[in-house]
Amino acid sequence: SPLAGVRRGVVTTDEKPTSLSDITRYNNFYEFGSDKTDPAKHAKDFRTRPWTIAVEGEVARPAIYQLEDFVKPHALEERIYRLRCVEAWSMVIPWVGFPLAEVIKRAEPTSRAKYVEFTTLYDPKQMPGQRPGLLGTGLDWPYVEGLRLDEAMHPLTILAVGLYGEVLPNQNGAPLRLVVPWKYGFKSIKSIVKLRFVERQPVTTWMKSGPDEYGFYSNVNPDVDHPRWSQKYETRIGEDSLLSRLTRKRKTLPFNGYADEVAHLYAGMDLRKYF
Amino acid sequence: MAAPVPRAVRIGKPLLFLAALAPFVLLLARIFQDDLGPNPVETLNRYTGDWTLRFLLFTLAVTPLRQLTGWHLLIRFRRMLGLFAFFYACLHFLSWIWIDKVFEWEEIVRDVYKRPFITLGFASFVLLVPLAVTSTNAMVRRLGGRRWRALHRVVYVIAVGGVVHFLWQVKSDIAEPALYALILAALLGYRLWAYRRSPAFGPVL
Repeated sequence: SPLAGVRRGVVTTDEKPTSLSDITRYNNFYEFGSDKTDPAKHAKDFRTRPWTIAVEGEVARPAIYQLEDFVKPHALEERIYRLRCVEAWSMVIPWVGFPLAEVIKRAEPTSRAKYVEFTTLYDPKQMPGQRPGLLGTGLDWPYVEGLRLDEAMHPLTILAVGLYGEVLPNQNGAPLRLVVPWKYGFKSIKSIVKLRFVERQPVTTWMKSGPDEYGFYSNVNPDVDHPRWSQKYETRIGEDSLLSRLTRKRKTLPFNGYADEVAHLYAGMDLRKYF
Repeated sequence: MAAPVPRAVRIGKPLLFLAALAPFVLLLARIFQDDLGPNPVETLNRYTGDWTLRFLLFTLAVTPLRQLTGWHLLIRFRRMLGLFAFFYACLHFLSWIWIDKVFEWEEIVRDVYKRPFITLGFASFVLLVPLAVTSTNAMVRRLGGRRWRALHRVVYVIAVGGVVHFLWQVKSDIAEPALYALILAALLGYRLWAYRRSPAFGPVL
């Protein structure tokens, strides 16, 4: 269903958005299965109401919100962002959401809050990928992600509740997900139930699963390979046909093309070490 | 001089050939209809890799099936299955160096050198070549049965290499490669068991 009162947000790209059908049928959302087509199939009946979001930890105003109350104070805007998956494919997605910074300001973090830790819903009954089993995905549930406070406060970082002007489809992380366009897609955690402000760097799900493959920062970086594949190039979903691949490859840009906006956050850091 | 070819083989071979070619024909149809899904490169890599592993397992299943069913004519189909494994491996290899890497040799060499799962896949492919080359009757005669069989036991190494190549490639969802590993373990385990029971069987395994 359409979202009301969505205004145009900061324009970051004039590239053609990926089709809604590709955005909603080619997903990594391991809670609903590890195949790209699994989330669309298995998230169909996922219940996103009622939904509560806990804001806790190092904040002056911890609270548990109903989703509606959590979203209500914010003006919704469209943000068309590139999304670069760590698996070397990419999309252009017209999100609808609001800056995470507004939520953070409302919570009033204390001076000890250095990071924000995000948690996805844990509900094996609804999320078949979370069920234990001999042949499971081997991930440690619930899914946990994190940002440094300044990354979380950055104006490009948003919480999304929709795409293409409509309510966010379940397979894309409904009802509420993070979008951090200069980091690999897995940082943009889906179906969030908790934001916790902490002093120490959180240990994320993918860091636990493969510490030498997935770092805390996971900024898009063509110069730092994944141990098993190169990150130099990417395939734009729905656009780069087999034939186009024969002649030309699409280069991946540092910080996914958002270097002008975000590179200063990492000034002086060795991005090979803090990958 | 040559023994007459049994009817089951005469009819079975062309049928098997068509069946084994079907995944390739289907792939061509999907390429021309631009029906390889949102990520055609990944689809192509996975598809050709899957069929390589499947034909390797089909090939390795011939001896156990033959011994368990007593239908010895099955052996007459093994070479074709093995060559189709090689055919799909060639497509898989091409899909990697051509579509994925666009013949960037520097990057290809670096990948083989740096990434264990590619090293393993590449090595398995290279090992398949001599087996394909020596698959003709003339080559069996030239090498002599004993040496030919010794050489072709390399297929066990290739199959293990192929399955581990798949296992190492996935991010965390090991269900599918684990299934291949399980079937391979059964096929190789059978041979060990048969050999233990009667070492005389050894040479035919």
